[in-house]
Amino acid sequence: MLRLPQFELVQPSTVAEAVRALAECPGALVVAGGTDLVPNLKHELFTPPRVVSLALLAELRGIRRENDGSLVIGAMTPLAEVAESELVRAQAPALAQACSLIAGPQLRSMGTLGGNVMLDTRCQWYNQTYFWRAALGFCMKKDGTECHVVKGGRTCVAAASNDSAPALMTLGASLEIATASGKRTLALDDFWVADGIYNKQVARDEIVTAIRVPATGAGHRGAYGKLRDRGSIDFPLLGVAVRLELDAQDTVAQADVVITALAAQPKRITKVAEALAGTKPGTAAFDAAVEAVGALAHKQCKPLPNIPGDADYRREMVPVYVRRTLQAAARREGPVHHV
Amino acid sequence: MSARDLHGPGAPWGGAEPGARSNSDFKVVGQPRPKVDGIAKATGAAVYTDDLTFPGMLHAKTLRSPHAHARIVRIDTSKARALKGVHAVLTGDSMPIKYGVIPWTPDENALAVDKVRFIGDPVAAVAAIDEDTANAALKLIEVEYELLHTYLDPFESLQRKEPQIHEDKKGGNISKSVQLEFGKVEEALAGAEVVVEDDYFFHGSTHAPIEPHCAVATYSADGVLTLWSATQITHYVHRALARVLELPAHRIRVIQPCLGGAFGGKSDPFSLEFCVSKLAMVTGRPVKMLWTREEVFYAHRGRHPMHLHYRSGVTKDGKLVGVDAKILIDGGSYSSFGLVTTYYSGQLLTGPYHFPTYRFDSTRVFTNKPPCGPKRGHGSVQPRFAFEVQLDQLAEKLALDPIEIRRRNFQGDFTRTVNGQRVTSNGFLQCLDEVESASRWKERRGKLGFGRGLGVAGSMYISGTNYPVYPNDMPQAGVQLKVDRSGLVTVFTGGNDIGQGSNSMCAYIVAEELGIPVERVRVVAADTDLCPVDLGAYSSRVTFMVGNATIDAARKLREKLVAAVAEKWECAPARVRLIEGLAIDLEDTARSMTSVEAFQLAETKFDTLGSTGSYNTPKLGGDYRGGTIGASPAYSFTAHVVDASVDVETGRITVHDVWVAHDCGRALNPMIVAGQMEGSAYMGLAEALFEEHDVNRFGLHRGPSLLDYRLPTSLDTPDFHARIVESIDPEGPYGAKEAGEGPLHPSLPALSNAVYDAVGIRLKHLPFTPAKVLAALREKRAAASVPQGVR
Ligand SMILES: Cc1cc2nc3c(=O)[nH]c(=O)nc-3n(C[C@H](O)[C@H](O)[C@H](O)COP(=O)(O)OP(=O)(O)OC[C@H]3O[C@@H](n4cnc5c(N)ncnc54)[C@H](O)[C@@H]3O)c2cc1C
Ligand code: SF4
Repeated sequence: MLRLPQFELVQPSTVAEAVRALAECPGALVVAGGTDLVPNLKHELFTPPRVVSLALLAELRGIRRENDGSLVIGAMTPLAEVAESELVRAQAPALAQACSLIAGPQLRSMGTLGGNVMLDTRCQWYNQTYFWRAALGFCMKKDGTECHVVKGGRTCVAAASNDSAPALMTLGASLEIATASGKRTLALDDFWVADGIYNKQVARDEIVTAIRVPATGAGHRGAYGKLRDRGSIDFPLLGVAVRLELDAQDTVAQADVVITALAAQPKRITKVAEALAGTKPGTAAFDAAVEAVGALAHKQCKPLPNIPGDADYRREMVPVYVRRTLQAAARREGPVHHV
Repeated sequence: MSARDLHGPGAPWGGAEPGARSNSDFKVVGQPRPKVDGIAKATGAAVYTDDLTFPGMLHAKTLRSPHAHARIVRIDTSKARALKGVHAVLTGDSMPIKYGVIPWTPDENALAVDKVRFIGDPVAAVAAIDEDTANAALKLIEVEYELLHTYLDPFESLQRKEPQIHEDKKGGNISKSVQLEFGKVEEALAGAEVVVEDDYFFHGSTHAPIEPHCAVATYSADGVLTLWSATQITHYVHRALARVLELPAHRIRVIQPCLGGAFGGKSDPFSLEFCVSKLAMVTGRPVKMLWTREEVFYAHRGRHPMHLHYRSGVTKDGKLVGVDAKILIDGGSYSSFGLVTTYYSGQLLTGPYHFPTYRFDSTRVFTNKPPCGPKRGHGSVQPRFAFEVQLDQLAEKLALDPIEIRRRNFQGDFTRTVNGQRVTSNGFLQCLDEVESASRWKERRGKLGFGRGLGVAGSMYISGTNYPVYPNDMPQAGVQLKVDRSGLVTVFTGGNDIGQGSNSMCAYIVAEELGIPVERVRVVAADTDLCPVDLGAYSSRVTFMVGNATIDAARKLREKLVAAVAEKWECAPARVRLIEGLAIDLEDTARSMTSVEAFQLAETKFDTLGSTGSYNTPKLGGDYRGGTIGASPAYSFTAHVVDASVDVETGRITVHDVWVAHDCGRALNPMIVAGQMEGSAYMGLAEALFEEHDVNRFGLHRGPSLLDYRLPTSLDTPDFHARIVESIDPEGPYGAKEAGEGPLHPSLPALSNAVYDAVGIRLKHLPFTPAKVLAALREKRAAASVPQGVR
């Protein structure tokens, strides 16, 4: 078995203690379920002097509905619980569906929503052991200077691979963050940086305490589509989150499509609402608009050979998964997944 | 022929007629029952190699080459040696003698001497007080390399002679080349009604057993080396250790603890076995090495990638007239079983169909990749894939049903193949019948609509071969029985139980023969100090050979028991029957005694009780160089029908059902046989659709982890329907033949053939990724839209 590097483990019992434990030790890292961090530690992608566990912070667990109808999901809530929650399924179906397809059953019991949002970007040249990376001569993201995906590239394009993120973006979600100096809120749309080395606007000494998902109404439709090799375990080769807002006549008033597993940040497809607005699911006009959105997405998405799998094939699947996921959302179905 | 060769396939107490097909004469054999170690494994009580610890035990780690092909200029281990907690550091010069599982091709060193040949080749080993210290020491070892040209493409290895991957090998980078022709192929093909010629590709795949390789060694004060190792070839490891460590074999003991899967991936002697042994000798401490999953991928010995070219011809009624094969085999960096692989790639194709003429030209080359070796269906899964797809291509040209063309070419039982192999029992036709009716082939094939289809394929495989890896005339398998006064019988067998159930099989046979419950038999296996030699768990030989040896030993013991009881009862021995824990008088059923009493009587009469038994193959094989390689005392036969659909938009293939009919001679435990059949078909489909073992452009393994190497999950697995066919082989133990490897073969070509039925594309290049399916569909549409006459 690969060994974990040595570090100091701190297990605070309040959020205040936790942010202090981070602030006082530069390079310290947070661990939630550990399903991303532990393999990364074993691969020596991180060698923190201290790891601060959020496991004892009961206040970060659970899902509740606020008076304004928004959902507040504690960062430490296990993915399995998010996927199965009646509240989430009713109000934010795309999120429930995305969480239901993350990794496999054991990992969904350990892995948390906060950890998923904060997932490190992934790349076939990076998510490897120290020996393997050394044999390669390393890469820019860790220990090296070159990029093996884009020859001569100066920005890391490791892929955002968290399934929950595109769903949360379509839902207009935001993060509640605790820092040494207080609290702040950050919309998921503003969370990203186009840099695969660290693609987030949440610093390493900050803690995501909750994920807030605004209220949705009766006309809300959402779904998630995921391309992967196997029926379980695998990270997305492509993740498609969609949102439709229907008006009282059941025609599309608003629409949104966000796609992940492309580069360092998920991509919002532009001109989606314009294409779909005014069409009614179940009609030829809607079907045609859905096709058009697929074509838009195909034009706007260029998967890279960053994660395993054939990049050309992933591109070819963009319009297919966009179309299928939009249609599933309109029918209140999903997730779109091959098994 | 000596007594050990033949006991006949009948029940021990000679039912109605010898060789009876019915299982009713048996008390134990033929019934589904749990494995003898099932509960221990299910509860976690079973002791695997990594569970062993000893006082003062050190932990060892391996430094590996980061270069695919390089000369070692200098190694400096002084800093590593100086690290606190480090007890010893070894490099190649400490064990310069080369070894290899095939004695004719020793080209491996425990640790690299002068050169490294793939990324991951072992270079140095450290023993330290714990794993972290050993790992830290690895980073302190300095190695200077001089890089050499790297071979990643087998076609280049075929052409280019310099530099040589193995410098002492004659003829550039060719590992082995075999050309054999039986009959006049060109003449035959010239007279054929239809000839199909095509190229096929089989990619690499690996075994991925759940348990990684692990070894522990101790070296006693009186100079005895004991090695516990997760191996499937205790005996060959024993021999290899003696050779490399230059110790007399009697001072070495090799033990295989409970094993967590092997599939051929543990059938070579491996670097870690030599390293822990030498480190134990040097330090005087017990030493353990457990490989990481990544290291298991580097050790590999998995399925050889093969570029296959086939040309076959048939008469107008679909009878084969000739088959011509040319195969390029990518061996990776070492020989391993490669000599055998090269022969197997041609020799094992000559059934279940009659080939009037046949020729093959197989060449294995070295490349700078993890070494290939034997994976379940060694050497024959690849040619079988190509040929069974080609057979469907031929059937299509003749507008023949794919099952029909296979029936028409059936070779028959008790026959001889074109390459001189003796075939005994052969239930292939019944296998075809079974899958045809179970899948409702006649009603469904070609009628499921665009997108869904059925495909068939057949195969044969060996039940061991008469080629012992090193030439000798001693038995291939030996068994010893020991009786305790409590009524317990202990079986000592060199056979390696790798999860296939060979220990259970020994217990069933002894219980059957002696008329005692299975629980009264204990099996001690794969310990070279305690057990007579068996050559190991490979080539599907264990049930056939160890099974026969066990029958042999048990019958000798039974004779003594019966004689002692008959003497006491003053009756003819024929009246004494051992059954259900008793000895009974068949003519006076009121008279009986417990088997414990019978054992004690026999011990009184004969002295300490025990017996030995053995098995060796009869002389087999063609009378030409290599004619014994692949010659088996009995062949198993299989047919599959696969039901699959294709999503033409995503290119994804979904397999719904697989019907697997397998002729295993007699199912000694139908539950285990069905498990092997399902597991084999699973593994074949996994290779067809998901798994790919390959290196990237740098020669680095593409993803040496269980995340990136895509083993199908339960969600990706179709429903399997196992149909056991029992042809009762005259020479197998109670008529049994192999069941562990044969049932893998047809799954890949049957899937390709099903996809053709579904959407009209011929998948000839494995694996069948969605991208390849889409490309083939595009090609087909393009061809269809070209106006007639233009092409
Ligand atoms: C085999 C395998 C398959 C997987 N497949 C998928 C998949 O299909 N889709 C997918 O999205 N993920 C997948 N994952 C990744 C992982 O399981 C999930 O992303 C999971 O949600 C991570 O949550 P965690 O609690 O385990 O995070 P951890 O591993 O504990 O943390 C992940 C990162 O987030 C930081 N972090 C965690 N919580 C917080 C917080 N509250 N505030 C600030 N920083 C925080 C950590 O410091 C760390 O950098 C897979 C993992 C494995 C091992
Ligand atoms: S994209 Fe991949 S190879 Fe390139 S720098 Fe990022 S992690 Fe490294």
